[in-house]
Amino acid sequence: MKWLATALVALAMTGSVHAQTILATGDLGLVVERASGSLLLVDQSERKMLTRITGLGDLSHASLVYSPDQRYAYVFGRDGGLTKVDIVERKIANRVVQSGNAIGGAISDDGSLVAVSNYEPGGVRIFNADTLDLVADIPTGSKTIGLVDAPGKRFVFTLWDDGETWIADLSAGAPKITKVKGVGTNPYDALVTDDGRLYITGLFGEDGLTAIDLWDENPEPIRVLPEYGRGQQEMPVYKMPHLEGWARAGREFVLPAVGHHQVLWINADDLTETGRTETYGQPVFAMSRPDGRQVWVNFAHPLNDTIQVIDTPSKEIIHEFKPGPAVLHMEFTPRGHEVWVSVRDAGKVMIYDTHTFEKLAEIDAESPSGIFFTSRAHKTGL
Amino acid sequence: MHRMLAISLLFCGTAFADDHSSPDALIRLVHQDCGSCHGLTLKGGLGPDIRPDALSHYDVETLSEVVLDGIQGTAMPPWRPLMSEAEAKKIAEYLLQGELK
Repeated sequence: MKWLATALVALAMTGSVHAQTILATGDLGLVVERASGSLLLVDQSERKMLTRITGLGDLSHASLVYSPDQRYAYVFGRDGGLTKVDIVERKIANRVVQSGNAIGGAISDDGSLVAVSNYEPGGVRIFNADTLDLVADIPTGSKTIGLVDAPGKRFVFTLWDDGETWIADLSAGAPKITKVKGVGTNPYDALVTDDGRLYITGLFGEDGLTAIDLWDENPEPIRVLPEYGRGQQEMPVYKMPHLEGWARAGREFVLPAVGHHQVLWINADDLTETGRTETYGQPVFAMSRPDGRQVWVNFAHPLNDTIQVIDTPSKEIIHEFKPGPAVLHMEFTPRGHEVWVSVRDAGKVMIYDTHTFEKLAEIDAESPSGIFFTSRAHKTGL
Repeated sequence: MHRMLAISLLFCGTAFADDHSSPDALIRLVHQDCGSCHGLTLKGGLGPDIRPDALSHYDVETLSEVVLDGIQGTAMPPWRPLMSEAEAKKIAEYLLQGELK
């Protein structure tokens, strides 16, 4: 008992920060509230909201990445704002407005650089992750999409207007750019595989996808499924799919088709088609549960109230449900036992058991969109 | 198969016509769903800026047709399956004036 009293005195003397509960961040996350420019700090294990952090500007279509220590989030706002949020202190640590119109970002493998992809003016800007000082400016003359990190302090991104992929190598300080031309017409998003080797770009202006082998000294575009929609009626696309939530299920990738209500299965070794699953609507995200056993799919307006779950061994839909109006995003817990779903027009984040499909909890949120758990800090491409 | 699709879309159209009939619902549709490409504030994303100054070369009729039928060869889809001509006209008015009377 005496030691406790002594400990309390010691705590009182070391100051207020340390007297508070120690906050480990490994099971925390942030939910973007897109219309109000705020974030919810959430606790994945408790299934609870901890606090709301405000003042982040226009967060429509916002995304974020985490520092390697899982303390800071770098939030990429649509208004060009780059905000560094301290989730331990629960406040904004720094904020710069770096362009007029931004569309996402990435953090380098060593955590020292943050890159932001811009529509206006088109290009990528790279910032010091500590200070948010500008380190490099890479104008492209085109809207840039699909910005990801790659091993070797590299960033990879693609030009919507010109159909080129650029690889920016920052390992020697000033960026060294490798341009890969002929990627295809109107690439709308891209992903990098978790080993950092393959960069796969989805095309809006033509059927198919384009892969680039980042291990290759002189990478060339590799066309994947170049005629997947041939002979079929194209459906209107009311929302572009996202590839960030790409799914690898065993030996296969699962990706949303464009203009067709299907997900496409691709052999991860030779990039040939291995199957298709007909879906309820235009898929937006096709996300693999971390073990790869299931793929969860949400859909574009006006069919965006529904989620379908595909069993990967059989490629068949095993569960379909309607969480509510405007399902925008899904995020799995790192080992996949639960999934968090943002339901924008219900003003809720809903949490489901991925084995029983039972709803476990709801969290109130204002127009929630992206959900980002801190476990992303340790994954290439996220 | 296509005919079935057309019929189901037709029903969709009716259902959504009801949902969109109030000015607030139309404004919400514009910002949330047109906003998927044009940005929540309509200042542009993958799709162009569609704020009033950027659209000043359009009249209401032409802009309504763009909303209903899309623009061939671009990512702008036809919204006819999801809304009535009257609603498209209201959306065009809203986009050109920045408000809905």
